[in-house]
Amino acid sequence: MTGWWVPALLGGALIGGYGWALFLRPSTLPKWSLWRTLAWTAGVLAVVIALSPPLVEPAHHDHRYHMAQHLFLGMYAPLGLVLGAPLTLLLGALPRRGQLGLTRLLRSGPVHAVSHPISAAVLNIGGMFVLYLTPLYTISMERQEIHWLVLAHFLLAGYLYTWSIAGPDPAPRRPGMATRVTVLILAAGAHAFLAKFLYANSAQFADGHGHSHSHDEAASMEAAAQWMYYGGDIAEVALAVMLFSWWYRRRKSSQKPASALATASTR
Amino acid sequence: MTQAQSQRVQQVDHRRSVWVAALLGAAIMAAVDQIVFHQILAWHHFYDRSTSDIALLSDGVLHAAELVMLVAGIFLMADLSRRQALHKASAWGGFFLGAGAFQIFDGVVNHKILRLHQIRYDVDNLLLYDLVWNLAGAALLMIGAMITWRAGRRLKKARHSHV
Repeated sequence: MTGWWVPALLGGALIGGYGWALFLRPSTLPKWSLWRTLAWTAGVLAVVIALSPPLVEPAHHDHRYHMAQHLFLGMYAPLGLVLGAPLTLLLGALPRRGQLGLTRLLRSGPVHAVSHPISAAVLNIGGMFVLYLTPLYTISMERQEIHWLVLAHFLLAGYLYTWSIAGPDPAPRRPGMATRVTVLILAAGAHAFLAKFLYANSAQFADGHGHSHSHDEAASMEAAAQWMYYGGDIAEVALAVMLFSWWYRRRKSSQKPASALATASTR
Repeated sequence: MTQAQSQRVQQVDHRRSVWVAALLGAAIMAAVDQIVFHQILAWHHFYDRSTSDIALLSDGVLHAAELVMLVAGIFLMADLSRRQALHKASAWGGFFLGAGAFQIFDGVVNHKILRLHQIRYDVDNLLLYDLVWNLAGAALLMIGAMITWRAGRRLKKARHSHV
């Protein structure tokens, strides 16, 4: 049962913190959308699933379970967490001094540098290239503390990348649509490439890991690579929907509807 | 033509209707290819062990672009329709143009130049499959060009008679 401590504590802290901020939120502010709370809860659930013993334990020898952890932590959980708008919630709940501090932090140079879609994508997808194409992956399977660091990187880099592309939270100096769409395509393309590259070279990688059952090992790696490819598609489409639905809503408020114009001129 | 109808004619955007629908047509054709040939028939292979790494990279980017095009196309189309700028005939033309263009692109670049996978394996007459594939693409392109051209001409006529 010891394995449940980490997901239970982390999940409890994330839900508790969100609930506490909701409680502190002044009643003068507009009512907090239930959808945001639900999205946050779903994101936290994805984190808990990824860190639960039924996935963590087999992930040490079976690549498919490791890939499921990656998909949940690095791709699906961030979608829910970003849609939960934690920064907006925090800005509303903090006292005045805290608000100023958080705003200053968001506008600081280092935060700009890492929250640009290009740097966020490099940290996120580039991190995966480093993990899978260097001995780091083998090391992370053998050493518990490295494995936890890798999982933390999945979640943090995934969140940073998702936030840099879209979502309701403020993101000062977030670049325009063209840059964000381009980064989305290139990052998802690099992810899909890495998946097929791992598939193509699974036999070689399996030998490199030096396990005895390298045939089973290659088969499990091939399956994991396919999960990575198609699982990545789902996350890419979800992020694209987030981005374009924001564009669609903003376009409505920025221009006069053509129909109103037409009725006005025919009168 | 009533006043309301002539308003409609002035508002619609022929060119934007064509290209937005073309985007959607190409993306839907890509999705059909993925569902029918990769998943249902299992003719196409995920990876056929004869592809270079550079080809895999361009496949990854193209695949990602197709998915984004599908989502973008839906929202761009919704925006056109909300502004009453959608001209349906032009859009159908664009849809076939996009579908045909993707079919030929897939048949020539993906199958032959990048050699990602072939249409079908273990058949003697692969050339026949390639021919049918690309001719189907050419036919879609021609249908699209004809509908687009006629839609544009009819719109022009309607505008001239009511300005």
